[in-house]
Amino acid sequence: MTTETIVPARAAWSAVIPAGGTLTITDLHGNQAVDFLVYDAADTAVRYSAADTLQAQGGIFLTTGGVLMSNEHTPLMTVTADEVGRHDTVGGACSKESNTLRYGHHTWPQHACVENFLAEGARWGLGKRDLVSNVNWYMNVPVESDGTLGIVDGLSAPGLSLSLRAEREVLVLVSNCPQVNNPCNGFDPTPVLMTITGPET
Amino acid sequence: MSPATDTTYAARAHARALEAPVERPAPPAGVSADDLVWAETVPGGNYTHKVLARGSLLRLADPLGAACAHLLLHVADRPWERLNVADTVKVQWNAYLGPGALLLSDQGRVLASITEDSSGRHDALCGTSTLARNRARYGDGSPQSASPAGRELLLLAAAKNGLGPRDLPPSVSFFQGVRVAEGGGLDWVGTAGPGTSLTLRAEQPLTVLLANIPHPLDPNPAYHCGPLEVTAWRGAPTGPGDPIREATPESRRAFANTDEFCAARGV
Repeated sequence: MTTETIVPARAAWSAVIPAGGTLTITDLHGNQAVDFLVYDAADTAVRYSAADTLQAQGGIFLTTGGVLMSNEHTPLMTVTADEVGRHDTVGGACSKESNTLRYGHHTWPQHACVENFLAEGARWGLGKRDLVSNVNWYMNVPVESDGTLGIVDGLSAPGLSLSLRAEREVLVLVSNCPQVNNPCNGFDPTPVLMTITGPET
Repeated sequence: MSPATDTTYAARAHARALEAPVERPAPPAGVSADDLVWAETVPGGNYTHKVLARGSLLRLADPLGAACAHLLLHVADRPWERLNVADTVKVQWNAYLGPGALLLSDQGRVLASITEDSSGRHDALCGTSTLARNRARYGDGSPQSASPAGRELLLLAAAKNGLGPRDLPPSVSFFQGVRVAEGGGLDWVGTAGPGTSLTLRAEQPLTVLLANIPHPLDPNPAYHCGPLEVTAWRGAPTGPGDPIREATPESRRAFANTDEFCAARGV
């Protein structure tokens, strides 16, 4: 069974992916950051841990073969295909509050990923304590030798996709990033496609 | 020979005779004993916690070059505002913590500023160790074992402040460095040597959770972690004109947000 959903620009989305199922995210228009959190559907206190993911793979970029690890250092999802090459684990989600630091207080009224995560998470009983450092699919955040890091022009292109296999039943929270003050969405947020494929039987 | 504890009187006398002196770190140079609010040596594989008033200075010292201080900060009495390592590195455009760096909350405010750092070997990316990983690496990671995991200890410190597993985001660690290589790999650089220290200023009232355990990327196959000396003393928050505050547009706005919030709260 396959279900397809287009997530509009700037919107939130969530779904439960069965164990063994695959979620494919397609960057329909290119360079669209997809902020992503994943929880054990049976116990949402067990959730994605950027730190454990980095420990497990010994590097900061995610691509094919990378495993999204939980805060208990157990696998939640595995990247089974990736047409881009690297995705961000360091930059976290944009928020109205951090936007005031990064771009000035005049940006506070703008929509942000944390708003999406809070609103969508609330539908599943999740609150602010449940938000942690997230994956940013399609976002490019290099780190220089002196530690300087930043969100720079993306490596993605229209139609490129990546696939994630659920290693147990998981709840996925997505914010289709609305940021317009840096290049993470090419300064033009666009829709993305979510395809859920059931486990092979 | 086992002590006489066959009656309540003997057991009480025995228990009371157990008391022994505890070695505590001396106040740092220039700090009067009257201003000292915390002085404790945390052995490797153990943890501590404290609530600190706004403006307090918190000094972590690594006398042997073998400590690794894993730190989480929550706003006291309002713990849903807490350390956010992603905002900390992203807002400051730098993955590495050092003198003048800020530890930021998820609310666009400063939790703590680093006022002094003679180590320069820290990590804001790899978090702490877990029961599962310590089992794989050392045979055990439970709190009562010889190789406790950082997350297990931070869970205990959190519980004693009314917090639970959902209140533990990724932590930062001090005194054992990690660097990002070209291509994104993580390089272990470890300690800067014995006798280094780092001082943080609490820019809001803070619940401080600290575990002293080997860094999760420490290549030593043995669980080895030296003592961590913790001292804290009374002080005032970073004021107008301070170089830490005025260093960048981001730091200036972060302190402005913090001042505005604390003024409204009356702290």
